Amino acid sequence: MTAMGYVRALQAVVWREVLRFVHQRERFVSALVRPLVWLLVFAAGFRAALGVSVQPPYETYITYETYILPGLCAMVLLFNGMQSSLSMVYDREMGSMRLLLVSPLPREFLLTAKLLAGTAVGVMQVYAFLVIAAAFGIVAEPWGYVTVLPALVLAGLMLGAVGMLLSSTIKQLENFAGVMNFVIFPAFFLSSALYPLWKMRESSELLWQICALNPFTHAVELIRFALYGQVDWVSLAWVLGALVLFLGASFLAYNPARGLMPKKAGAGEG
Amino acid sequence: MTEAVPALGVSGVSFGYGRRADGAAFAIRDIDFQVGEGEFTALLGVNGAGKTTLLAVITRLFDAGSGSVKVCGFDMGKQPRDALARMGVVFQQATLDLDLTVRQNLSYAAGLRGLAKADYAPRIDMLLHRFALAERAGDKVRSLNGGHRRRVELARALLHRPRLLVLDEPTVGLDVPSRRALVEHVHALCREEGVAVLWATHLFDEILPEDRVVVLDRGRVVATGSVPEIKARADAPSLDRAFHALVGRNAA
Repeated sequence: MTAMGYVRALQAVVWREVLRFVHQRERFVSALVRPLVWLLVFAAGFRAALGVSVQPPYETYITYETYILPGLCAMVLLFNGMQSSLSMVYDREMGSMRLLLVSPLPREFLLTAKLLAGTAVGVMQVYAFLVIAAAFGIVAEPWGYVTVLPALVLAGLMLGAVGMLLSSTIKQLENFAGVMNFVIFPAFFLSSALYPLWKMRESSELLWQICALNPFTHAVELIRFALYGQVDWVSLAWVLGALVLFLGASFLAYNPARGLMPKKAGAGEG
Repeated sequence: MTEAVPALGVSGVSFGYGRRADGAAFAIRDIDFQVGEGEFTALLGVNGAGKTTLLAVITRLFDAGSGSVKVCGFDMGKQPRDALARMGVVFQQATLDLDLTVRQNLSYAAGLRGLAKADYAPRIDMLLHRFALAERAGDKVRSLNGGHRRRVELARALLHRPRLLVLDEPTVGLDVPSRRALVEHVHALCREEGVAVLWATHLFDEILPEDRVVVLDRGRVVATGSVPEIKARADAPSLDRAFHALVGRNAA
């Protein structure tokens, strides 16, 4: 296949993922409602309890809603990353993965194309969320909406790669819900999404260390600085490193025949 | 004069899922056969004979434990992309995206093959017309009946002009007229376009007298040849009797 052929194949995978997302209105609505509840309900109640002092990239005191905006953007990407992987498990169970596997494309290319497609959908969701947040007066710097794009793409790819690694190791759809609970909630709460890490350090040194090692924290900080036109180089390095690690591991762990094999040895269909 | 390269060459292929309780380690063992250009070859066997496993190895869903699969001379193990580029597949299980339209499903498959829109758009129109689906092009697949869905899958498998078409019990779940129409469509492809076909089935009425047959039983090939050759070998008046004589049990 020519280089142009690969570009067309990538376009096809992204286009299908976007079309599927558009058709699943419930998924779109829930992708928006989830962070909005945090932003408009949780943050309103929490504002009085948690004061946020001046800290980079902010140059003045900010409201709690402004503080958690980047964390909620990352949350949208986290949920979407897991959901895209869920759709890979679904595709495998429903058989449409077979269509991909008999196409003349390397499997690493197929996985990367799926990852890019999922990220494209996630970034669209984040922008829809940012528009609604802005309508409620929770805004970033005007140019921040442009400079945040590369950060969203990188964070989306990294979180999608985590999901892909999980989907590589999961045999059936039913097992996925449990894994989501063990991944999404710890990743979200053990991060700087809802509270600055220095606050966490005041409570527990151990939890602070876990938060500082959590790749999701760095995705949040990368997005936070990018929303103000700045680069947090440490977080960038963390996110890139985690992306390479998780994607590489999912290439190694992905077994295309998983889910196609009969459940009992020798129990083929025909 | 050089010998023509077969569309499909299966040589010494074995595959196992692991050792079973009854001691049999292989689902299929030492499989050898060829499918020539423009030939319709039926892979005939009862449920559990190993047809689906063999087709999964031929289409590289499973890597062959041993032996080789060649498509138009390209080895599936060493040159998988060249081999897969020449093969179209219709799976036993439906693999269409139910929420996309017929045309969207076909466009997606064409994109996966790296085809340009200028090339695949007229090809889709031609195939939709050929399989009497033109009026349903804008309908979601969810709204189609089983026969129409199968035709969409057949059209999809032909988008990239494959030289070999592999179908795994494609008539499962179809009513009699739809089954008959599908069998006729695929035989016409062999005659008119020289496409080689490997058609897995356990139904004798899907096999025409001019077809070739590979009889599979308990993971092994027990006979290959034309329908008259199979009948002569078993000294039986019909294909189903010949089959029963060869496998030594009832296929029902």
